[in-house]
Amino acid sequence: MEPEFTRRRKFLNYLLGTSTGATLVAIFYPVIKFVIPPQVIEATQNSVVAGKLNEFAVNSGKIIKFGNKPVILIRTPTGDLKALSAVCTHLDCIVQYQPEAKGIWCACHNGRYNLNGQNISGPPPRPLEEYTVNVRGDDVIISKA
Amino acid sequence: MNSQAQTTLTRTERLTQWLDERLGLAAIAKLAHKKEVPIHRHSIWYYFGGMTAFLIGVQAATGILLLLYYRPSAESAFESVQFIMTDVQFGWLIRSIHSWSANLLIATLFIHMFSVYFLKAYRAPRELTWVTGALLLFIMLGFGFSGYLLPWNKLAYFATKVGTDIAGVVPVVGHFLLRFLRGGDDVTGATLTRFYGFHIAVLPALTLALFGLHGLLVQKHGMSVPPSLEGKPLKTMKFVPNFLLRDLIGWILAVGVLAALAAFFPWELGEKADPFASAPAGIRPEWYFLFMFQTLKLIPAKIWIFDGEVIGIMAFSLGGLLLLLVPFLDRPSPQGKSKPAFTIIGILVVLFIVVMTVYGYLD
Repeated sequence: MEPEFTRRRKFLNYLLGTSTGATLVAIFYPVIKFVIPPQVIEATQNSVVAGKLNEFAVNSGKIIKFGNKPVILIRTPTGDLKALSAVCTHLDCIVQYQPEAKGIWCACHNGRYNLNGQNISGPPPRPLEEYTVNVRGDDVIISKA
Repeated sequence: MNSQAQTTLTRTERLTQWLDERLGLAAIAKLAHKKEVPIHRHSIWYYFGGMTAFLIGVQAATGILLLLYYRPSAESAFESVQFIMTDVQFGWLIRSIHSWSANLLIATLFIHMFSVYFLKAYRAPRELTWVTGALLLFIMLGFGFSGYLLPWNKLAYFATKVGTDIAGVVPVVGHFLLRFLRGGDDVTGATLTRFYGFHIAVLPALTLALFGLHGLLVQKHGMSVPPSLEGKPLKTMKFVPNFLLRDLIGWILAVGVLAALAAFFPWELGEKADPFASAPAGIRPEWYFLFMFQTLKLIPAKIWIFDGEVIGIMAFSLGGLLLLLVPFLDRPSPQGKSKPAFTIIGILVVLFIVVMTVYGYLD
């Protein structure tokens, strides 16, 4: 049995320690929560009108806003329309269409994709996500695959 | 003090005395005059720490001036820098000096670090001086990375996309880190606001604390002498005023160099960032990140079952950790023999950085 004052001191130290700890937690918890950005819910978009068919020249590509995501709409050398995510799967840069190579190229790290979005050379680890393209009248409509 | 003594003193002497009684000026002066710098064939390297410190001062001064006009938002950042460059009196000078000095600072910092490394100035009891220095290096790279985005131009936008995406590749904490840095899932105005906060508040505060400690430790331990000259009788020079005056000459020259660079090569602004435009051809990061960028370019997409990217990033992170721990890895052997291994590793690292940087520019 320890002397009474030692036990009392231990008890007081315990109270002091836990309340200091609790105070620190109460201070830092909101701080840490504060620096984590809140999830912003965006209106999910399922389709977007990219423009009129005659605006898209054969063997060219254009970046289209699909909600807050860039999509690359390509009019292939044969005149077909292709829509792919324009976000390079490597490190998030935005890709471009190269008419002379008839393919997709990312300037950041020299990644290449073919017209089906397959990663064919350079660092990209995955193919580009594909979107559906429909022509209604002469409107070109891109929608989620 | 009696009135008799009062009258024999001049006004200045009395003021000095009054201050000394309160601040202990004499003790500070004694301390300053005690500091000596050894003079030998490697003494040139003693200038680069002070030079880096001076350039940090230039960054603080020009940075505060830029704050008067800069507007940190996606809508107005680019235009406000354009305004500084075209309308504000000497705006081009202040901004160009800020950009050039940032680059020179990183250069002198690298010279300072490698000279300390090769002259083994991190030997006991100076391990913590090295550690605080290495942390300061990481902070300075953070300054470079966060400041680069602030003009909100195309190059900066993609550099930030790539840089933060690299942070996202880190196992376990990657996703959290990416959202913490970007202030959301994408690089937006929220990222700009955040980077601005890092650049002008968080990093300066950390710099002040670490630099204070770094400087204090340098004063405490005095100047280090390379192992090859240890124990030999060396000439010394008083730091105050002799060496300090030589430092000053270097600083004046640096001001001249910065002014000349700013006048002949004012810093470009480029085109405004557009989240719906392709990355421009020929995009590359600032020169001091180029060797890492180039290495990542060369790593194949897949190494066995791992993403090449992850391997590369983990390797660089490990490199950073090893850099921090140099004084604890390079323990003197019990026989007191010198170990050439660390010098060889250092030379290889320098070669790697130089070769990759040059290759990055030729690519």
